[in-house]
Amino acid sequence: MSGARSRLSRRLRPGPLAWLVLAALLSQLIALALGSVALSPAELAAALAGDGDALHRTLLLELRLPRALAAFGTGALLAMAGALMQILLRNPLADPYVLGLSGGASVAALVAMLAGWGVALVSGAAFAGALASTLIVFGLAHGTGSWTPTRLLLTGVVMAAGWGALITFLLAVSPVERLPGMLYWLMGDLAYAGSPWPVLAVAALGLAVVLPLGRTLNVLARGGLQAAALGVAVRPLEWTLYLLASLVTAVAVTTAGSIGFVGLMVPHMLRLRLGNDQRRILPACLLAGGTLLTLADTLARTLIAPQQLPVGVITALLGVPSFLYLLYRSR
Amino acid sequence: MGALETRQLVIDIPGRAGGRPLDLRVGTGERWGVLGPNGAGKTTLLHTLAGLRAPRSGEVRLDGDPLSRLRRRALARRLGLVFQDRHDDFPATVRETALIGRHPFLSPWQQEGPEDLARAEAALARLDLTHLAERGLATLSGGERQRVSLATVLTQAPRVWLADEPTNHLDLHHQVAVMGLLAEQANRGCAVMMCLHDLNLAARWCDHVLLLYPDGEACWGAADAMLVPAALERLYGQPLTTAMVDGAPVFVPRT
Repeated sequence: MSGARSRLSRRLRPGPLAWLVLAALLSQLIALALGSVALSPAELAAALAGDGDALHRTLLLELRLPRALAAFGTGALLAMAGALMQILLRNPLADPYVLGLSGGASVAALVAMLAGWGVALVSGAAFAGALASTLIVFGLAHGTGSWTPTRLLLTGVVMAAGWGALITFLLAVSPVERLPGMLYWLMGDLAYAGSPWPVLAVAALGLAVVLPLGRTLNVLARGGLQAAALGVAVRPLEWTLYLLASLVTAVAVTTAGSIGFVGLMVPHMLRLRLGNDQRRILPACLLAGGTLLTLADTLARTLIAPQQLPVGVITALLGVPSFLYLLYRSR
Repeated sequence: MGALETRQLVIDIPGRAGGRPLDLRVGTGERWGVLGPNGAGKTTLLHTLAGLRAPRSGEVRLDGDPLSRLRRRALARRLGLVFQDRHDDFPATVRETALIGRHPFLSPWQQEGPEDLARAEAALARLDLTHLAERGLATLSGGERQRVSLATVLTQAPRVWLADEPTNHLDLHHQVAVMGLLAEQANRGCAVMMCLHDLNLAARWCDHVLLLYPDGEACWGAADAMLVPAALERLYGQPLTTAMVDGAPVFVPRT
Protein backbone atom coordinates (compact mmCIF):
# COMPACT_ATOMS: atom_id res chain seq x y z
CA MET A 1 0.00 0.00 0.00
CA SER A 2 2.85 2.41 0.78
CA GLY A 3 4.06 1.80 -2.76
CA ALA A 4 0.68 2.80 -4.11
CA ARG A 5 0.63 5.91 -1.92
CA SER A 6 4.03 7.04 -3.14
CA ARG A 7 2.82 6.49 -6.70
CA LEU A 8 -0.15 8.73 -5.97
CA SER A 9 2.01 11.50 -4.55
CA ARG A 10 4.30 11.16 -7.53
CA ARG A 11 1.34 11.39 -9.86
CA LEU A 12 0.22 14.65 -8.29
CA ARG A 13 3.56 16.24 -7.48
CA PRO A 14 4.01 19.73 -8.94
CA GLY A 15 7.36 18.90 -10.59
CA PRO A 16 6.59 19.44 -14.28
CA LEU A 17 4.48 22.52 -13.53
CA ALA A 18 7.37 24.10 -11.62
CA TRP A 19 9.61 23.54 -14.63
CA LEU A 20 7.02 25.08 -16.90
CA VAL A 21 6.74 28.17 -14.65
CA LEU A 22 10.51 28.51 -14.86
CA ALA A 23 10.44 28.17 -18.65
CA ALA A 24 7.68 30.79 -18.84
CA LEU A 25 9.72 33.30 -16.83
CA LEU A 26 12.80 32.56 -18.87
CA SER A 27 10.91 33.08 -22.13
CA GLN A 28 9.74 36.49 -20.87
CA LEU A 29 13.32 37.51 -20.06
CA ILE A 30 14.51 36.38 -23.49
CA ALA A 31 11.69 38.32 -25.14
CA LEU A 32 12.67 41.41 -23.16
CA ALA A 33 16.39 41.12 -23.91
CA LEU A 34 16.23 40.43 -27.63
CA GLY A 35 15.24 42.83 -30.38
CA SER A 36 16.51 45.66 -32.55
CA VAL A 37 18.52 46.79 -29.52
CA ALA A 38 19.83 43.74 -27.64
CA LEU A 39 20.22 44.25 -23.89
CA SER A 40 22.81 42.57 -21.71
CA PRO A 41 21.53 40.86 -18.53
CA ALA A 42 22.95 43.73 -16.47
CA GLU A 43 21.18 46.37 -18.55
CA LEU A 44 17.98 44.32 -18.41
CA ALA A 45 18.16 44.03 -14.62
CA ALA A 46 18.88 47.74 -14.24
CA ALA A 47 15.99 48.77 -16.48
CA LEU A 48 13.57 46.40 -14.72
CA ALA A 49 14.71 47.69 -11.32
CA GLY A 50 13.72 51.19 -12.41
CA ASP A 51 17.07 52.77 -13.12
CA GLY A 52 19.51 52.62 -16.01
CA ASP A 53 19.11 54.22 -19.40
CA ALA A 54 15.75 55.99 -19.80
CA LEU A 55 15.57 54.89 -23.45
CA HIS A 56 16.04 51.27 -22.37
CA ARG A 57 13.25 51.64 -19.82
CA THR A 58 10.85 53.00 -22.41
CA LEU A 59 11.81 50.28 -24.86
CA LEU A 60 11.27 47.57 -22.26
CA LEU A 61 8.22 48.73 -20.39
CA GLU A 62 6.27 50.30 -23.24
CA LEU A 63 7.21 48.15 -26.22
CA ARG A 64 8.67 44.77 -25.38
CA LEU A 65 6.97 43.91 -22.10
CA PRO A 66 3.38 44.49 -23.32
CA ARG A 67 4.06 42.52 -26.47
CA ALA A 68 5.78 39.65 -24.61
CA LEU A 69 2.92 39.47 -22.12
CA ALA A 70 0.34 39.61 -24.93
CA ALA A 71 2.15 36.77 -26.69
CA PHE A 72 2.18 34.76 -23.47
CA GLY A 73 -1.51 35.37 -22.80
CA THR A 74 -2.53 34.57 -26.38
CA GLY A 75 -0.53 31.33 -26.45
CA ALA A 76 -1.98 30.34 -23.08
CA LEU A 77 -5.53 30.95 -24.32
CA LEU A 78 -5.02 29.01 -27.55
CA ALA A 79 -3.53 25.98 -25.81
CA MET A 80 -6.28 25.95 -23.20
CA ALA A 81 -8.99 26.31 -25.86
CA GLY A 82 -7.43 23.44 -27.81
CA ALA A 83 -7.39 21.15 -24.78
CA LEU A 84 -11.03 22.00 -23.99
CA MET A 85 -12.21 21.47 -27.58
CA GLN A 86 -10.46 18.09 -27.66
CA ILE A 87 -12.35 16.99 -24.56
CA LEU A 88 -15.65 18.49 -25.76
CA LEU A 89 -15.47 16.71 -29.11
CA ARG A 90 -13.78 13.61 -27.63
CA ASN A 91 -11.38 13.95 -30.50
CA PRO A 92 -7.65 14.45 -29.95
CA LEU A 93 -7.41 16.06 -33.39
CA ALA A 94 -9.63 19.02 -32.53
CA ASP A 95 -8.10 22.49 -32.27
CA PRO A 96 -9.58 25.85 -31.23
CA TYR A 97 -10.46 26.61 -34.83
CA VAL A 98 -12.03 23.26 -35.70
CA LEU A 99 -15.55 24.63 -35.33
CA GLY A 100 -14.96 27.44 -37.81
CA LEU A 101 -14.34 30.11 -35.24
CA SER A 102 -11.18 31.54 -36.76
CA GLY A 103 -12.84 31.50 -40.19
CA GLY A 104 -15.68 33.69 -38.96
CA ALA A 105 -13.22 36.02 -37.25
CA SER A 106 -11.00 36.18 -40.34
CA VAL A 107 -13.82 36.99 -42.76
CA ALA A 108 -15.06 39.79 -40.50
CA ALA A 109 -11.53 41.14 -39.97
CA LEU A 110 -10.71 41.07 -43.69
CA VAL A 111 -13.93 42.89 -44.53
CA ALA A 112 -13.03 45.52 -41.92
CA MET A 113 -9.54 45.87 -43.44
CA LEU A 114 -11.00 46.16 -46.94
CA ALA A 115 -13.26 48.93 -45.68
CA GLY A 116 -10.13 50.66 -44.42
CA TRP A 117 -11.11 50.59 -40.74
CA GLY A 118 -8.51 51.09 -38.01
CA VAL A 119 -6.89 48.48 -35.79
CA ALA A 120 -9.48 48.70 -33.01
CA LEU A 121 -12.39 48.23 -35.39
CA VAL A 122 -10.67 45.31 -37.12
CA SER A 123 -10.26 43.64 -33.72
CA GLY A 124 -13.88 44.37 -32.83
CA ALA A 125 -15.04 42.92 -36.15
CA ALA A 126 -12.92 39.79 -35.58
CA PHE A 127 -14.47 39.27 -32.15
CA ALA A 128 -17.99 39.72 -33.54
CA GLY A 129 -17.20 37.34 -36.41
CA ALA A 130 -15.86 34.69 -34.04
CA LEU A 131 -18.92 34.82 -31.82
CA ALA A 132 -21.28 34.86 -34.80
CA SER A 133 -19.60 31.73 -36.18
CA THR A 134 -19.85 30.06 -32.76
CA LEU A 135 -23.57 30.76 -32.52
CA ILE A 136 -24.26 29.64 -36.10
CA VAL A 137 -22.39 26.35 -35.60
CA PHE A 138 -24.02 25.64 -32.27
CA GLY A 139 -27.50 26.52 -33.55
CA LEU A 140 -27.14 24.38 -36.66
CA ALA A 141 -25.56 21.44 -34.82
CA HIS A 142 -28.44 21.55 -32.35
CA GLY A 143 -30.84 21.37 -35.29
CA THR A 144 -34.12 19.59 -34.75
CA GLY A 145 -32.63 16.62 -32.91
CA SER A 146 -30.08 16.19 -30.20
CA TRP A 147 -26.50 17.21 -30.83
CA THR A 148 -23.67 14.77 -30.55
CA PRO A 149 -19.95 15.53 -30.64
CA THR A 150 -19.79 14.08 -34.17
CA ARG A 151 -22.60 16.30 -35.41
CA LEU A 152 -21.03 19.37 -33.81
CA LEU A 153 -17.67 18.50 -35.36
CA LEU A 154 -19.13 17.97 -38.84
CA THR A 155 -21.10 21.21 -38.70
CA GLY A 156 -17.98 23.08 -37.61
CA VAL A 157 -15.76 21.54 -40.26
CA VAL A 158 -18.25 22.37 -43.01
CA MET A 159 -18.66 25.93 -41.73
CA ALA A 160 -14.87 26.30 -41.63
CA ALA A 161 -14.68 25.19 -45.25
CA GLY A 162 -17.30 27.80 -46.14
CA TRP A 163 -15.40 30.55 -44.33
CA GLY A 164 -12.22 29.39 -46.10
CA ALA A 165 -13.87 29.91 -49.48
CA LEU A 166 -15.02 33.41 -48.44
CA ILE A 167 -11.49 34.25 -47.26
CA THR A 168 -10.03 33.19 -50.61
CA PHE A 169 -12.67 35.24 -52.37
CA LEU A 170 -11.89 38.33 -50.28
CA LEU A 171 -8.15 37.94 -50.94
CA ALA A 172 -8.80 37.54 -54.66
CA VAL A 173 -10.80 40.76 -54.96
CA SER A 174 -8.63 42.86 -52.62
CA PRO A 175 -6.29 45.54 -53.94
CA VAL A 176 -2.69 44.37 -54.03
CA GLU A 177 -1.39 46.95 -51.56
CA ARG A 178 -3.70 45.62 -48.82
CA LEU A 179 -2.71 41.96 -49.28
CA PRO A 180 0.41 41.83 -47.02
CA GLY A 181 -1.53 43.19 -44.01
CA MET A 182 -4.33 40.71 -44.65
CA LEU A 183 -1.98 37.76 -45.03
CA TYR A 184 -0.14 38.67 -41.82
CA TRP A 185 -3.44 38.85 -39.98
CA LEU A 186 -4.44 35.44 -41.35
CA MET A 187 -1.17 33.85 -40.30
CA GLY A 188 -1.21 35.54 -36.91
CA ASP A 189 0.69 38.65 -35.90
CA LEU A 190 1.24 40.24 -32.51
CA ALA A 191 2.41 43.63 -33.81
CA TYR A 192 -0.99 45.20 -33.13
CA ALA A 193 -1.75 43.28 -29.95
CA GLY A 194 -2.10 46.41 -27.83
CA SER A 195 -2.62 46.01 -24.09
CA PRO A 196 -1.80 42.51 -22.76
CA TRP A 197 -4.24 42.74 -19.85
CA PRO A 198 -7.39 41.49 -21.62
CA VAL A 199 -5.74 38.20 -22.70
CA LEU A 200 -4.05 37.68 -19.34
CA ALA A 201 -7.26 38.39 -17.46
CA VAL A 202 -9.27 36.02 -19.66
CA ALA A 203 -6.58 33.34 -19.26
CA ALA A 204 -6.71 33.66 -15.46
CA LEU A 205 -10.51 33.65 -15.51
CA GLY A 206 -10.61 30.62 -17.80
CA LEU A 207 -8.25 28.69 -15.55
CA ALA A 208 -10.33 29.59 -12.51
CA VAL A 209 -13.46 28.21 -14.21
CA VAL A 210 -11.78 25.09 -15.54
CA LEU A 211 -9.59 23.94 -12.66
CA PRO A 212 -12.43 22.84 -10.36
CA LEU A 213 -13.83 20.91 -13.34
CA GLY A 214 -10.58 19.00 -13.84
CA ARG A 215 -11.61 15.60 -12.53
CA THR A 216 -15.03 15.91 -14.17
CA LEU A 217 -13.32 16.56 -17.52
CA ASN A 218 -11.20 13.45 -16.99
CA VAL A 219 -14.43 11.48 -16.71
CA LEU A 220 -16.02 13.22 -19.71
CA ALA A 221 -13.00 12.22 -21.81
CA ARG A 222 -14.21 8.61 -21.33
CA GLY A 223 -17.40 9.41 -23.24
CA GLY A 224 -20.67 11.12 -22.47
CA LEU A 225 -22.59 8.04 -21.30
CA GLN A 226 -19.78 6.82 -19.07
CA ALA A 227 -19.52 10.29 -17.55
CA ALA A 228 -23.27 10.45 -16.97
CA ALA A 229 -23.17 7.02 -15.31
CA LEU A 230 -20.54 8.39 -12.91
CA GLY A 231 -22.69 11.33 -11.89
CA VAL A 232 -21.64 14.04 -14.37
CA ALA A 233 -24.36 16.39 -15.63
CA VAL A 234 -23.05 16.07 -19.19
CA ARG A 235 -25.18 18.55 -21.12
CA PRO A 236 -24.55 21.61 -18.89
CA LEU A 237 -20.85 20.70 -18.77
CA GLU A 238 -20.64 20.53 -22.55
CA TRP A 239 -22.36 23.91 -22.88
CA THR A 240 -19.87 25.39 -20.44
CA LEU A 241 -16.92 23.90 -22.33
CA TYR A 242 -18.21 25.08 -25.69
CA LEU A 243 -18.92 28.63 -24.58
CA LEU A 244 -15.68 28.93 -22.63
CA ALA A 245 -13.48 27.53 -25.40
CA SER A 246 -15.20 29.77 -27.95
CA LEU A 247 -14.88 32.91 -25.86
CA VAL A 248 -11.24 32.20 -25.06
CA THR A 249 -10.43 31.56 -28.74
CA ALA A 250 -12.32 34.66 -29.82
CA VAL A 251 -10.23 36.80 -27.44
CA ALA A 252 -7.01 35.18 -28.71
CA VAL A 253 -7.95 35.62 -32.38
CA THR A 254 -8.97 39.22 -31.75
CA THR A 255 -5.60 39.94 -30.15
CA ALA A 256 -3.30 38.32 -32.66
CA GLY A 257 -5.13 36.88 -35.65
CA SER A 258 -5.45 33.17 -36.24
CA ILE A 259 -2.20 31.65 -35.03
CA GLY A 260 -2.14 27.97 -35.90
CA PHE A 261 -0.47 24.98 -34.30
CA VAL A 262 -0.41 26.10 -30.63
CA GLY A 263 -3.94 24.95 -29.83
CA LEU A 264 -3.59 21.58 -31.53
CA MET A 265 -0.08 20.56 -30.58
CA VAL A 266 0.60 21.93 -27.11
CA PRO A 267 -2.05 19.76 -25.40
CA HIS A 268 -0.74 16.76 -27.34
CA MET A 269 2.88 17.33 -26.46
CA LEU A 270 1.94 17.67 -22.80
CA ARG A 271 -0.24 14.56 -22.88
CA LEU A 272 2.67 12.55 -24.25
CA ARG A 273 4.74 13.56 -21.24
CA LEU A 274 2.21 14.07 -18.44
CA GLY A 275 -0.70 11.72 -19.18
CA ASN A 276 -4.24 13.02 -19.51
CA ASP A 277 -5.15 14.28 -16.04
CA GLN A 278 -6.82 17.63 -16.82
CA ARG A 279 -5.88 18.98 -13.39
CA ARG A 280 -2.29 18.95 -14.60
CA ILE A 281 -2.76 19.28 -18.35
CA LEU A 282 -4.82 22.48 -18.24
CA PRO A 283 -2.43 24.62 -16.16
CA ALA A 284 0.47 23.05 -18.07
CA CYS A 285 -1.23 24.05 -21.35
CA LEU A 286 -1.45 27.67 -20.25
CA LEU A 287 2.21 27.77 -19.28
CA ALA A 288 3.57 25.84 -22.25
CA GLY A 289 1.32 27.58 -24.81
CA GLY A 290 2.32 30.97 -23.43
CA THR A 291 6.01 30.06 -23.41
CA LEU A 292 5.90 28.70 -26.96
CA LEU A 293 4.20 31.77 -28.36
CA THR A 294 6.48 34.19 -26.47
CA LEU A 295 9.56 32.49 -27.92
CA ALA A 296 8.01 32.26 -31.37
CA ASP A 297 7.11 35.94 -31.35
CA THR A 298 10.62 36.88 -30.21
CA LEU A 299 12.04 34.94 -33.14
CA ALA A 300 9.44 36.41 -35.50
CA ARG A 301 10.59 39.95 -34.75
CA THR A 302 14.34 39.27 -34.59
CA LEU A 303 15.14 36.59 -37.19
CA ILE A 304 15.24 38.86 -40.21
CA ALA A 305 14.96 42.21 -38.37
CA PRO A 306 13.99 44.91 -39.09
CA GLN A 307 11.45 42.95 -41.08
CA GLN A 308 8.98 40.91 -39.02
CA LEU A 309 7.68 37.45 -39.82
CA PRO A 310 4.13 36.23 -39.09
CA VAL A 311 4.36 34.44 -35.76
CA GLY A 312 2.21 31.54 -37.03
CA VAL A 313 5.05 30.55 -39.34
CA ILE A 314 7.43 30.34 -36.40
CA THR A 315 5.06 28.40 -34.13
CA ALA A 316 4.77 25.77 -36.83
CA LEU A 317 8.50 25.72 -37.62
CA LEU A 318 9.36 25.37 -33.92
CA GLY A 319 6.51 23.09 -33.04
CA VAL A 320 6.50 20.56 -35.85
CA PRO A 321 9.99 19.12 -35.24
CA SER A 322 9.62 19.09 -31.45
CA PHE A 323 6.22 17.46 -31.72
CA LEU A 324 7.47 14.82 -34.14
CA TYR A 325 10.42 14.16 -31.86
CA LEU A 326 8.18 13.64 -28.84
CA LEU A 327 5.84 11.42 -30.82
CA TYR A 328 8.77 9.36 -32.08
CA ARG A 329 10.14 8.96 -28.57
CA SER A 330 6.80 8.06 -26.97
CA ARG A 331 5.87 4.45 -26.44
CA MET B 1 -40.09 -3.05 -2.08
CA GLY B 2 -37.36 -3.89 -4.56
CA ALA B 3 -34.06 -2.02 -4.68
CA LEU B 4 -34.81 -1.29 -8.32
CA GLU B 5 -38.40 -1.19 -9.49
CA THR B 6 -40.09 -0.36 -12.75
CA ARG B 7 -43.70 0.71 -13.04
CA GLN B 8 -45.42 0.21 -16.39
CA LEU B 9 -42.05 0.87 -18.01
CA VAL B 10 -41.90 0.89 -21.82
CA ILE B 11 -38.41 1.47 -23.16
CA ASP B 12 -37.90 3.76 -26.13
CA ILE B 13 -36.73 1.72 -29.11
CA PRO B 14 -36.87 3.68 -32.38
CA GLY B 15 -39.34 2.15 -34.82
CA ARG B 16 -40.98 -0.15 -32.27
CA ALA B 17 -44.68 0.41 -31.74
CA GLY B 18 -44.86 -0.35 -28.05
CA GLY B 19 -44.31 -3.50 -26.10
CA ARG B 20 -45.34 -5.07 -22.87
CA PRO B 21 -44.98 -2.61 -19.97
CA LEU B 22 -42.45 -3.92 -17.47
CA ASP B 23 -43.28 -4.13 -13.77
CA LEU B 24 -40.03 -5.49 -12.41
CA ARG B 25 -38.92 -5.69 -8.80
CA VAL B 26 -35.23 -6.39 -8.51
CA GLY B 27 -34.66 -7.02 -4.83
CA THR B 28 -31.44 -6.85 -2.82
CA GLY B 29 -29.52 -10.08 -3.08
CA GLU B 30 -31.17 -11.01 -6.37
CA ARG B 31 -29.30 -11.82 -9.56
CA TRP B 32 -31.29 -11.06 -12.67
CA GLY B 33 -30.32 -12.17 -16.14
CA VAL B 34 -31.73 -10.38 -19.19
CA LEU B 35 -31.87 -12.58 -22.26
CA GLY B 36 -32.92 -11.79 -25.79
CA PRO B 37 -31.74 -11.81 -29.38
CA ASN B 38 -29.74 -8.96 -30.92
CA GLY B 39 -31.75 -5.76 -31.08
CA ALA B 40 -34.36 -6.86 -28.52
CA GLY B 41 -33.52 -3.83 -26.36
CA LYS B 42 -31.33 -5.30 -23.62
CA THR B 43 -28.81 -2.44 -23.65
CA THR B 44 -31.56 0.16 -24.01
CA LEU B 45 -33.28 -1.36 -20.99
CA LEU B 46 -30.13 -1.18 -18.87
CA HIS B 47 -29.47 2.41 -19.94
CA THR B 48 -33.06 3.32 -19.11
CA LEU B 49 -32.75 1.68 -15.69
CA ALA B 50 -29.54 3.68 -15.13
CA GLY B 51 -31.30 6.94 -16.00
CA LEU B 52 -29.21 7.50 -19.12
CA ARG B 53 -32.21 7.34 -21.46
CA ALA B 54 -35.74 8.54 -20.95
CA PRO B 55 -38.37 5.79 -21.08
CA ARG B 56 -41.20 6.09 -23.56
CA SER B 57 -43.61 5.73 -20.68
CA GLY B 58 -43.69 4.55 -17.11
CA GLU B 59 -40.99 5.11 -14.52
CA VAL B 60 -38.02 3.57 -12.74
CA ARG B 61 -37.63 3.76 -8.97
CA LEU B 62 -34.49 3.27 -6.93
CA ASP B 63 -35.28 2.37 -3.29
CA GLY B 64 -38.68 3.94 -3.88
CA ASP B 65 -37.37 7.23 -5.33
CA PRO B 66 -38.26 7.94 -8.97
CA LEU B 67 -35.04 8.25 -10.99
CA SER B 68 -36.29 11.47 -12.56
CA ARG B 69 -36.17 13.11 -9.13
CA LEU B 70 -32.66 11.98 -8.22
CA ARG B 71 -29.64 14.09 -8.98
CA ARG B 72 -27.15 12.37 -11.24
CA ARG B 73 -24.43 12.35 -8.62
CA ALA B 74 -26.72 10.88 -5.95
CA LEU B 75 -27.79 8.24 -8.46
CA ALA B 76 -24.16 7.37 -9.30
CA ARG B 77 -23.44 6.75 -5.63
CA ARG B 78 -26.10 4.04 -5.55
CA LEU B 79 -26.18 2.57 -9.05
CA GLY B 80 -23.32 1.49 -11.31
CA LEU B 81 -23.33 0.34 -14.92
CA VAL B 82 -20.74 -1.79 -16.71
CA PHE B 83 -20.90 -0.62 -20.33
CA GLN B 84 -20.66 -2.87 -23.33
CA ASP B 85 -18.93 -0.19 -25.42
CA ARG B 86 -16.23 2.16 -24.29
CA HIS B 87 -14.44 5.11 -25.78
CA ASP B 88 -10.73 5.17 -25.11
CA ASP B 89 -9.93 8.18 -27.28
CA PHE B 90 -7.47 9.61 -24.78
CA PRO B 91 -4.57 7.88 -23.06
CA ALA B 92 -5.20 6.62 -19.51
CA THR B 93 -3.71 3.96 -17.28
CA VAL B 94 -5.57 1.01 -15.79
CA ARG B 95 -5.25 2.47 -12.29
CA GLU B 96 -6.63 5.87 -13.34
CA THR B 97 -9.53 4.11 -15.02
CA ALA B 98 -10.44 2.14 -11.90
CA LEU B 99 -10.10 5.31 -9.84
CA ILE B 100 -12.79 7.22 -11.79
CA GLY B 101 -15.26 4.96 -9.98
CA ARG B 102 -14.73 7.26 -6.99
CA HIS B 103 -15.79 10.34 -8.95
CA PRO B 104 -19.35 10.54 -7.59
CA PHE B 105 -18.02 10.55 -4.03
CA LEU B 106 -15.53 13.41 -4.34
CA SER B 107 -16.18 17.15 -4.32
CA PRO B 108 -14.79 19.25 -7.20
CA TRP B 109 -11.69 20.46 -5.39
CA GLN B 110 -10.97 17.16 -3.67
CA GLN B 111 -8.05 15.02 -4.81
CA GLU B 112 -8.33 11.27 -4.65
CA GLY B 113 -6.98 10.31 -1.23
CA PRO B 114 -5.28 7.17 0.08
CA GLU B 115 -8.66 5.62 0.88
CA ASP B 116 -9.91 6.12 -2.69
CA LEU B 117 -6.71 4.67 -4.02
CA ALA B 118 -6.96 1.70 -1.67
CA ARG B 119 -10.44 0.95 -3.01
CA ALA B 120 -9.18 1.11 -6.59
CA GLU B 121 -6.22 -1.12 -5.76
CA ALA B 122 -8.49 -3.65 -4.07
CA ALA B 123 -10.78 -3.67 -7.11
CA LEU B 124 -7.82 -4.19 -9.43
CA ALA B 125 -6.56 -7.04 -7.25
CA ARG B 126 -10.03 -8.64 -7.20
CA LEU B 127 -10.01 -8.68 -11.02
CA ASP B 128 -6.43 -9.93 -11.43
CA LEU B 129 -5.28 -6.57 -12.78
CA THR B 130 -2.69 -5.48 -10.23
CA HIS B 131 0.21 -6.33 -12.52
CA LEU B 132 -1.35 -4.18 -15.29
CA ALA B 133 -2.07 -1.13 -13.09
CA GLU B 134 0.47 1.15 -14.79
CA ARG B 135 -0.36 -0.01 -18.32
CA GLY B 136 -2.16 2.21 -20.82
CA LEU B 137 -5.65 1.11 -21.86
CA ALA B 138 -4.59 1.02 -25.51
CA THR B 139 -2.16 -1.80 -24.77
CA LEU B 140 -4.74 -4.14 -23.22
CA SER B 141 -6.47 -7.11 -24.79
CA GLY B 142 -10.26 -7.10 -25.10
CA GLY B 143 -10.73 -9.30 -22.06
CA GLU B 144 -8.34 -7.26 -19.93
CA ARG B 145 -10.15 -4.05 -20.94
CA GLN B 146 -13.45 -5.68 -19.98
CA ARG B 147 -12.10 -6.49 -16.53
CA VAL B 148 -10.93 -2.87 -16.12
CA SER B 149 -14.52 -1.74 -16.76
CA LEU B 150 -15.69 -4.09 -14.02
CA ALA B 151 -12.94 -2.78 -11.72
CA THR B 152 -14.25 0.79 -12.23
CA VAL B 153 -17.73 -0.23 -11.04
CA LEU B 154 -16.28 -2.32 -8.22
CA THR B 155 -14.41 0.80 -7.07
CA GLN B 156 -17.68 2.72 -7.36
CA ALA B 157 -19.23 0.04 -5.09
CA PRO B 158 -22.88 0.70 -5.94
CA ARG B 159 -25.81 -1.06 -4.29
CA VAL B 160 -27.37 -1.73 -7.68
CA TRP B 161 -25.18 -3.31 -10.35
CA LEU B 162 -26.22 -3.19 -13.99
CA ALA B 163 -23.85 -5.10 -16.26
CA ASP B 164 -24.14 -5.16 -20.05
CA GLU B 165 -22.67 -8.48 -21.16
CA PRO B 166 -20.10 -8.60 -18.36
CA THR B 167 -18.45 -11.74 -19.75
CA ASN B 168 -17.75 -10.26 -23.20
CA HIS B 169 -14.24 -11.08 -24.45
CA LEU B 170 -13.43 -13.06 -21.30
CA ASP B 171 -11.74 -16.46 -21.29
CA LEU B 172 -13.52 -19.31 -19.50
CA HIS B 173 -11.69 -18.83 -16.21
CA HIS B 174 -12.42 -15.12 -16.07
CA GLN B 175 -16.04 -15.66 -17.13
CA VAL B 176 -16.53 -17.80 -14.05
CA ALA B 177 -14.52 -15.37 -11.91
CA VAL B 178 -16.65 -12.42 -13.02
CA MET B 179 -19.93 -14.26 -12.48
CA GLY B 180 -18.57 -15.21 -9.06
CA LEU B 181 -17.82 -11.54 -8.37
CA LEU B 182 -21.37 -10.52 -9.31
CA ALA B 183 -22.80 -13.32 -7.16
CA GLU B 184 -20.63 -12.15 -4.28
CA GLN B 185 -21.97 -8.60 -4.68
CA ALA B 186 -25.52 -9.96 -4.55
CA ASN B 187 -24.70 -11.95 -1.41
CA ARG B 188 -23.50 -8.72 0.19
CA GLY B 189 -26.92 -7.17 -0.37
CA CYS B 190 -26.57 -5.66 -3.83
CA ALA B 191 -29.16 -6.01 -6.54
CA VAL B 192 -27.58 -7.30 -9.74
CA MET B 193 -29.00 -7.24 -13.25
CA MET B 194 -26.98 -8.37 -16.26
CA CYS B 195 -27.54 -8.85 -19.96
CA LEU B 196 -26.21 -12.18 -21.13
CA HIS B 197 -25.95 -14.09 -24.37
CA ASP B 198 -24.83 -17.31 -22.74
CA LEU B 199 -27.89 -19.27 -21.60
CA ASN B 200 -25.75 -21.61 -19.55
CA LEU B 201 -24.19 -18.79 -17.54
CA ALA B 202 -27.71 -17.48 -16.91
CA ALA B 203 -28.90 -20.94 -15.86
CA ARG B 204 -26.02 -21.35 -13.46
CA TRP B 205 -25.69 -17.86 -11.96
CA CYS B 206 -29.06 -16.08 -12.16
CA ASP B 207 -32.00 -16.58 -9.84
CA HIS B 208 -34.36 -14.43 -11.93
CA VAL B 209 -34.60 -14.06 -15.69
CA LEU B 210 -36.21 -11.50 -17.98
CA LEU B 211 -36.81 -12.60 -21.55
CA LEU B 212 -37.01 -9.74 -24.06
CA TYR B 213 -38.52 -10.54 -27.47
CA PRO B 214 -37.73 -8.46 -30.56
CA ASP B 215 -41.35 -7.33 -30.91
CA GLY B 216 -41.38 -5.81 -27.42
CA GLU B 217 -43.06 -8.80 -25.79
CA ALA B 218 -41.46 -9.78 -22.48
CA CYS B 219 -41.82 -12.21 -19.61
CA TRP B 220 -39.96 -12.53 -16.38
CA GLY B 221 -39.83 -14.59 -13.22
CA ALA B 222 -37.79 -17.15 -11.33
CA ALA B 223 -34.96 -18.56 -13.44
CA ASP B 224 -36.06 -22.20 -13.44
CA ALA B 225 -39.54 -21.18 -14.58
CA MET B 226 -38.22 -19.02 -17.42
CA LEU B 227 -35.37 -21.19 -18.70
CA VAL B 228 -37.50 -23.80 -20.42
CA PRO B 229 -36.62 -24.98 -23.92
CA ALA B 230 -39.92 -23.94 -25.53
CA ALA B 231 -39.63 -20.31 -24.35
CA LEU B 232 -35.96 -20.08 -25.25
CA GLU B 233 -36.46 -21.60 -28.71
CA ARG B 234 -39.17 -19.03 -29.41
CA LEU B 235 -36.91 -16.26 -27.99
CA TYR B 236 -34.03 -16.94 -30.32
CA GLY B 237 -35.85 -18.68 -33.17
CA GLN B 238 -33.33 -21.46 -32.70
CA PRO B 239 -33.94 -25.15 -31.88
CA LEU B 240 -32.12 -26.27 -28.70
CA THR B 241 -31.05 -29.50 -27.10
CA THR B 242 -31.14 -29.65 -23.30
CA ALA B 243 -29.04 -31.82 -21.03
CA MET B 244 -28.69 -31.89 -17.28
CA VAL B 245 -25.16 -31.43 -15.97
CA ASP B 246 -24.40 -31.21 -12.24
CA GLY B 247 -28.07 -30.63 -11.55
CA ALA B 248 -28.43 -27.62 -13.85
CA PRO B 249 -29.78 -27.53 -17.40
CA VAL B 250 -27.30 -27.00 -20.23
CA PHE B 251 -28.63 -25.64 -23.52
CA VAL B 252 -26.90 -26.41 -26.79
CA PRO B 253 -28.05 -25.07 -30.17
CA ARG B 254 -29.21 -27.76 -32.58
CA THR B 255 -28.29 -27.45 -36.21
